[in-house]
Amino acid sequence: MKTESRLEKVLASGNLAVTSECGPPRGCQPDKVREKGKYLEGIVDAVNVTDNQTAMVRMSSLAASAILKQEGLNPLFQMVTRDRNRLAMQADIIGAYSLGIDTMLCLSGDHTQFGDHPMAANVHDIDSIQLIQMVKTMRDEGKFQGGAELKGAPKMFIGAAANPFADPFELRVLRLAKKVAAGADFIQTQCIFNVDKFEKWMEGVRARGLHKQCYILAGITPMKSVGAARYMKNKVPGMDVPQELVDRMGSVPKEKQPEEGISICVETIERLKKVEGVAGFHIMAIDWEEKVEEIVERAGLLPRPQM
Amino acid sequence: MENFEPTIVAFCCHYCAYTAADMAGSQRLTYPANVKIIRVPCSGKVDALHIVKAFEKGADGVYVAGCLDGDCHFKNGNNRASRRVEYVQKYLDEIGIGGERLEMVNMSAGMGYRFAQIATEITEKIRKLGPSPIHSMIGASCPANSDLTA
Amino acid sequence: MITAERKPLEELIEYVRPFKRILLVGCNECVTVCSAGGRKEVGLLASGLKMALMQSGRNIEIREHTLERQCDPEYIDELVSMIDGVDAVMSMACGCGVQEISRRFKDRPVFPAVNTKFMGASERQGVWAERCQGCGNCLLGVTGGICPIARCSKRLMNGPCGGSVAGKCEISQDVDCVWQLIWDRFKELGLEENYLNIIPAKDWRSATGGGPRKIIREDLAA
Repeated sequence: MKTESRLEKVLASGNLAVTSECGPPRGCQPDKVREKGKYLEGIVDAVNVTDNQTAMVRMSSLAASAILKQEGLNPLFQMVTRDRNRLAMQADIIGAYSLGIDTMLCLSGDHTQFGDHPMAANVHDIDSIQLIQMVKTMRDEGKFQGGAELKGAPKMFIGAAANPFADPFELRVLRLAKKVAAGADFIQTQCIFNVDKFEKWMEGVRARGLHKQCYILAGITPMKSVGAARYMKNKVPGMDVPQELVDRMGSVPKEKQPEEGISICVETIERLKKVEGVAGFHIMAIDWEEKVEEIVERAGLLPRPQM
Repeated sequence: MENFEPTIVAFCCHYCAYTAADMAGSQRLTYPANVKIIRVPCSGKVDALHIVKAFEKGADGVYVAGCLDGDCHFKNGNNRASRRVEYVQKYLDEIGIGGERLEMVNMSAGMGYRFAQIATEITEKIRKLGPSPIHSMIGASCPANSDLTA
Repeated sequence: MITAERKPLEELIEYVRPFKRILLVGCNECVTVCSAGGRKEVGLLASGLKMALMQSGRNIEIREHTLERQCDPEYIDELVSMIDGVDAVMSMACGCGVQEISRRFKDRPVFPAVNTKFMGASERQGVWAERCQGCGNCLLGVTGGICPIARCSKRLMNGPCGGSVAGKCEISQDVDCVWQLIWDRFKELGLEENYLNIIPAKDWRSATGGGPRKIIREDLAA
């Protein structure tokens, strides 16, 4: 075991892990964080806290993670390389661990063009893979990126993101290999709708033995409506939503669509359980956190194991 | 302004527009004397600077006349001229002269009537627009009103 | 070349409005090549400024001259004979040239006529694209001759990110995903295994991280 992270413990024990997500509010509203946290208590092994997601400014993921920690949850602190240089990132990592946060996800981050501050500089002092290397060095060697010794190493369980649906497809397995070589302990994938394509990616992953070097959590998102399905299909880069799923959502009346979305979600999880190398699920129910419990329960993943 | 006679500069390509102007002349088709023709080897040879200088020297309107699309003697000089005219129209808007005082027109060598028609139409259009905004600062005199006679 | 684009005319009109006589200086190199500040553009701008100011009843005299380039002080010397009686100078060169003129003629205001954009190359006539950001430690040798620092929207050195779709960057269909280009190049060169090499975090001191940069050639400096 590299860390004290509950997520690592669950994964190491061979149980399927479950994580979910919480987007911090766009203002000083700590109670909103606590509210979302309440829906996930006891339901998941860790809660991702996003970092200025889609380049829209929100309460910092560090602050929101600290609030969730106070509430007794296990925050999975996300960090993008878009907004900070390596000094600030290391400072935040040390700060986070000092507040009891022991699990993090290293990402590049959506471009500022998508958000509410397109005029801002995109920092990217280092990229996500260099960030993974940096955290690993801090944890395992007790050194700062610049080489000096660090007092009190942050024992972070290091995660990264993977997108089997982005282009070029042939590179997506190699990119995972790079992240694993850099030091990623676990991966959360982009939400999966096209299970066939995901299975194809997993073939490549298994061929390189990557599923044995890091834990892969399959991303899942329930669709609320046929409009949401279309939006994800057409407007979000790197998402692959098969037409038959959009049609299926559209084939039921509006009031029944959320239910249909949850059913698709649960069916997908059942299918993915059978894919060798899938170590757990990352359920991203954006603005729909109250449904996570139902999904996790119907997928037979409750109660969460005691560690 | 009463009795305003616009000064129009027409850059005409040798192969089509200028020949059409010649034809208008030989067919005794009248067109306003306001139009001063400048012959160029190809409408694509007309530079943005030529057009802008024409306005600086007192032109109230300018047009660039080239061959019909696909018929340019130099392949696509007329297409380049067209894009260049659009570019200068935007510049003229920035300056305050107004892009509507500049136009790109196309005709074939045999279209004497079209040459005369365009010359007349553009003169009228510019007459309605009034003198160029810098007219009073240049103090250019208005040309006498006379028909082109044989 | 260094690319630039002429500033909006209304900004330039406001710069020169207070003056009676200005010197408008073009540059025969980069800004000529990208049609922003060469001899022709000097003529166009002088004419436009005159006509614009005429409309508010002002007559401005504009002396026009184009130097071979403005980033070498020896060429700027040519302007000495033209500067008498001139109230202000406007330069159509890139930021380097404007500053050299400003350094030379300390007692006259100097204004830029163009917005200097980027170091780039011509993709085809009339189209220039960013190619280099002067990071000071060129890694083109390991990225198949294609630069991820200048051409990746997130300057990822180990890209692509998850937003790359059909060879295009997530920010726009008009922007190629440079990591797709690099990968294609690796394939053409049979260098696919190179992709697995992790390019380590960059030392930005060779770029702007170390402050304004200078090159001193001892063998050439007097």
